[in-house]
Amino acid sequence: MSALAMTVSDTLVLARRNLMRIPRQPDLLVAYTVQPVMFVLLFVYVFGGAIQTPGFDYVDFLMPGIIAQSIAFGGFVTALGLSEDVQKGLIDRFRSLPMSRGAVLSGRTFSDILLNCLSLVVLFTVGFIAGFNFQDATVGEIALGIVLLLLLGYAFSWVFALIGLYSSTPETANSLGFTLIFPLTFASSMFVPAESMPDGLQQFAEANPFTTITDALRSLWLDTPAHTDVWMAFVWCGVIIAIFAPLAIRRYRQVSAR
Amino acid sequence: MSDDAILVEGLEKSYGSVRALCGVDFSAPTGSVLGLLGPNGAGKTTAVRILATLLEPDGGTARVAGLDVVRDAAKLRSQIGLAGQYAAVDENLTGFENLEMVGRLYHMPKAEARARANELLDHFELAEASKRPAKTYSGGMRRRLDLAAALVYRPPVLFLDEPTTGLDPRSRLGMWETIEGRASAGTTVLLTTQYLDEADRLADRIVVVDQGTVIAAGTSDELKDRVGGERLEVHLEDDGDAERAVAALAEISEERPSVEDHTVRAAVRRRSGIIAEAVRRLDDVDVCVEDIALRRPTLDDVFIALTGHAAEDTTGDDEAQPREEVYA
Repeated sequence: MSALAMTVSDTLVLARRNLMRIPRQPDLLVAYTVQPVMFVLLFVYVFGGAIQTPGFDYVDFLMPGIIAQSIAFGGFVTALGLSEDVQKGLIDRFRSLPMSRGAVLSGRTFSDILLNCLSLVVLFTVGFIAGFNFQDATVGEIALGIVLLLLLGYAFSWVFALIGLYSSTPETANSLGFTLIFPLTFASSMFVPAESMPDGLQQFAEANPFTTITDALRSLWLDTPAHTDVWMAFVWCGVIIAIFAPLAIRRYRQVSAR
Repeated sequence: MSDDAILVEGLEKSYGSVRALCGVDFSAPTGSVLGLLGPNGAGKTTAVRILATLLEPDGGTARVAGLDVVRDAAKLRSQIGLAGQYAAVDENLTGFENLEMVGRLYHMPKAEARARANELLDHFELAEASKRPAKTYSGGMRRRLDLAAALVYRPPVLFLDEPTTGLDPRSRLGMWETIEGRASAGTTVLLTTQYLDEADRLADRIVVVDQGTVIAAGTSDELKDRVGGERLEVHLEDDGDAERAVAALAEISEERPSVEDHTVRAAVRRRSGIIAEAVRRLDDVDVCVEDIALRRPTLDDVFIALTGHAAEDTTGDDEAQPREEVYA
C-alpha cells in the first residue's frame, strides 16, 4: 500500500470511528442538532425584536452569523475526543500500529467536516422555518458560502485539536474551548451590527475574523456590499490553519512521545 | 540476525533529571517468555514503550524481531502487539468494532478484519458481549479485549505491560492461561510485572529491574538458587520434641536448624529422598511429625535478598500515582 493510500485509508477508518460515537452519546447528538436549533430560536424570537438591523429582517441578518458560530464550534468534539484518547492510552495503541502517523489528527478533522455538514442541514432547515431567505444570491454564491463555512469549521478543528491536546481531561477541553472562543464570536458582527458597539469594542469587532467571515457570508447570501470580505474570509481560514495545524501536530508529537 | 527476538543493549532513557533506564541489557530468544520484574518506577514500562516504538531511547540499542526500534520503527510495528494495564480500547465502540478497527489499521481487507475480530471474540469469550459498547465491560473483559486487539495481526512478538495489574484473581488466572496459550503457539512474549508469582509461572527467564538497572537475570530456579537451597520445614506435634528434632536433622542440614513455634527449619542442598530420610531420622528419635514439607525460596525471598526491600512494598498503590510516575 502506498503511503498516500495508507493515509487515506487510516484517516477514513478513524473518521468512521469518531462518527460512530456521536449517536451513542446523546449529549453529543444534542450538541449537533438541538443546540443550534435552540440558538436560532432564542436569538430570532427573544433578541430579534430588540436588535436593530437596518435594511434587514433580523432573521436574515442573524442566520449567516449563527451558522458560522455553530460551524466554528463543530470541532469541539475533536478537543473532547483527543484529550480522551490521550488520557485512556488509545494514542499509544495507534502509535504501536503500522498506520499513518498523521491519521489520528486527519481522521479527527475529517470527521468534523462530515459532522458540520449535518449541522448545516439542521441550521438551514430551522433557518428557513424561522423565515430566513437568500436575497439575490446565485447558486454559485450560495455554494461558495457553504464552502467557506466548511473551511472555517476545518480551521477551527485544528484550534480545538490543540486545545484538546493541552487539556488533561475532556472536561477541561470542553470548558477551555468555550471560554476561549465563545466571547470571540460575540465580540463580532455575528449577532449585532458592529456599529452598535461602544468605542474600542467596535474596533475590536471590526478586526475580528468572525466579523470578516460573517460579513462575507452576508455579501454572498444577502447581496450586501462585499468590499474585501469574501477573499479575506478565505485568507483568515488559511491563516488559522497555517498557525494551528502545525502547533497541534507538534503538540501531538510531544504528548504521544512520553 | 541472531536467534533473539528481543535484544537490548545499554538502553538509557531519562525524563528530565529522572533517569528511568540507566544502561539496561537483556534478551529473549525467539519463542520464549521474558519476565521483566520490578516494583513501580523500576523502568519496566519505559523499556516496553521503547521496544514498542512509542518512545526513543537516549542511548543504547534495542532490536525486536531483528529490527532496530528506532531506525526500522515503521517496519517493526507490523511485527509487534502491545497490551497493557491501561486497556486501551475505545469505550464507545463495541468489542467487535474495536477489533475490526484495529484490523483495518493493520490494513487488512474489510472481510478479513471482520473474520479475525469474530475469531478473537470467540477465543477470548467475548462473543456474547461483542455487540455491546466496551464501556459496559468489566475490568477483566476490557483487558481481554485489549489483549485481543494486540493479537489481531498475529504478531510474532507480544509486549504485555502489567497485564494483570488490578484484575481480580479469577480474571488473573484466565489471563495467565491466555498468555501461556500464546507462548506455546510460538509467540515471543515480553511481560512486565510486579507480581513474583506471575513471573514465576509465566516466564522462561526473568530479568529483575530496580531503579533503572538490571540487578539480576536468569531462570526462576537460578534466581532462587542465589538465595540458597531448599528449606525443609517440619511442623512438630509437641514443642518438647524440638531439641531432639534439631539434633536429628543437624546431620542432613547445611547449618544448624532453627526452631520457631512448633516448626523446625533446616536448609538442605539435595532434594531427592530428603523428606524420607528426615522422617526416618525423626522417627528413630521418637519425634512426632504433624507435617513435613520441602519449600523452595520464593521470588519474594529473591527480591528481598537482591534489593533489600520487598517487590510489592512500594511507595503507594499504582492507581493513585500520576501517569509520569507510572512510566518512570
